[in-house]
Amino acid sequence: MAGNANGETTRVDTLLNSALESADEAERLVVNVARESGFVEEDLHQIGMAVRESIVNAVVHGNRYHRRKKVHLSVLSADDRLTVIVADEGEGFDLSALPDPLAEHNLLQQSGRGIFLIRTFMDDFQVRRLSPHGTEVKLVKLKHPSKVEED
Amino acid sequence: MSAKLSPRQVGDVTVVDVSGRITLGEGSSNLRDGIRTLVNDGHKKLVLNLADVSYIDSSGIGELVSAFTSVANNGGHLKLLNLTKRVRDLLQITKLYTVFDVYDSETTAVRSFA
Repeated sequence: MAGNANGETTRVDTLLNSALESADEAERLVVNVARESGFVEEDLHQIGMAVRESIVNAVVHGNRYHRRKKVHLSVLSADDRLTVIVADEGEGFDLSALPDPLAEHNLLQQSGRGIFLIRTFMDDFQVRRLSPHGTEVKLVKLKHPSKVEED
Repeated sequence: MSAKLSPRQVGDVTVVDVSGRITLGEGSSNLRDGIRTLVNDGHKKLVLNLADVSYIDSSGIGELVSAFTSVANNGGHLKLLNLTKRVRDLLQITKLYTVFDVYDSETTAVRSFA
């Protein structure tokens, strides 16, 4: 398979239903690619959890379980990184409006830790609005963060 | 496998052996329903044994927090026992490790209620 300009090869490109079971399916797909790409076990766990949280956000907060809306999952691999792109068809959300789950007054909140865990477990996390609807999140995990130059 | 709860009595303390995955959906609702039932039945000294919890996501963490506050709001205490490394790491990352009373020994956890 030929790589793109960044040397990335598309390994997964699929549409998932707006159901919680899609989180299991996506986690399995991405972890398989990550394992084949040579990531170590602890990285696999972190990648899997970040993907699960991203899909849950897309299904629950983006598509709101709407049966006709889909979640688009893409996985690209390169020698030094794994890139996961998750896009929903919802109305979008404002990252800056999310409360800090580590603030003392938020510690006992039941929800609000998903994005925080994604940021913690991945090396890069970007969000962009899609036109006319939807939100796309891009997650990147580096194999050797200390050896990769900053963009 | 979704979370399964098996409560047992050790003196006046209820130890709940939890196994499986605590993730959004069946896993988290099983934990929520199980704790609610115990609280409604008047159990006030609870220990959650998480030794056999293989996976927990942000929703599962939220359910642990919810269980903690639910028991406390009913005049009880909920403590955690036998965290796996991954669950322990998650609680540390989210700054919840110091919110919960965490034990590695069931005997010590049970005695802590005395």
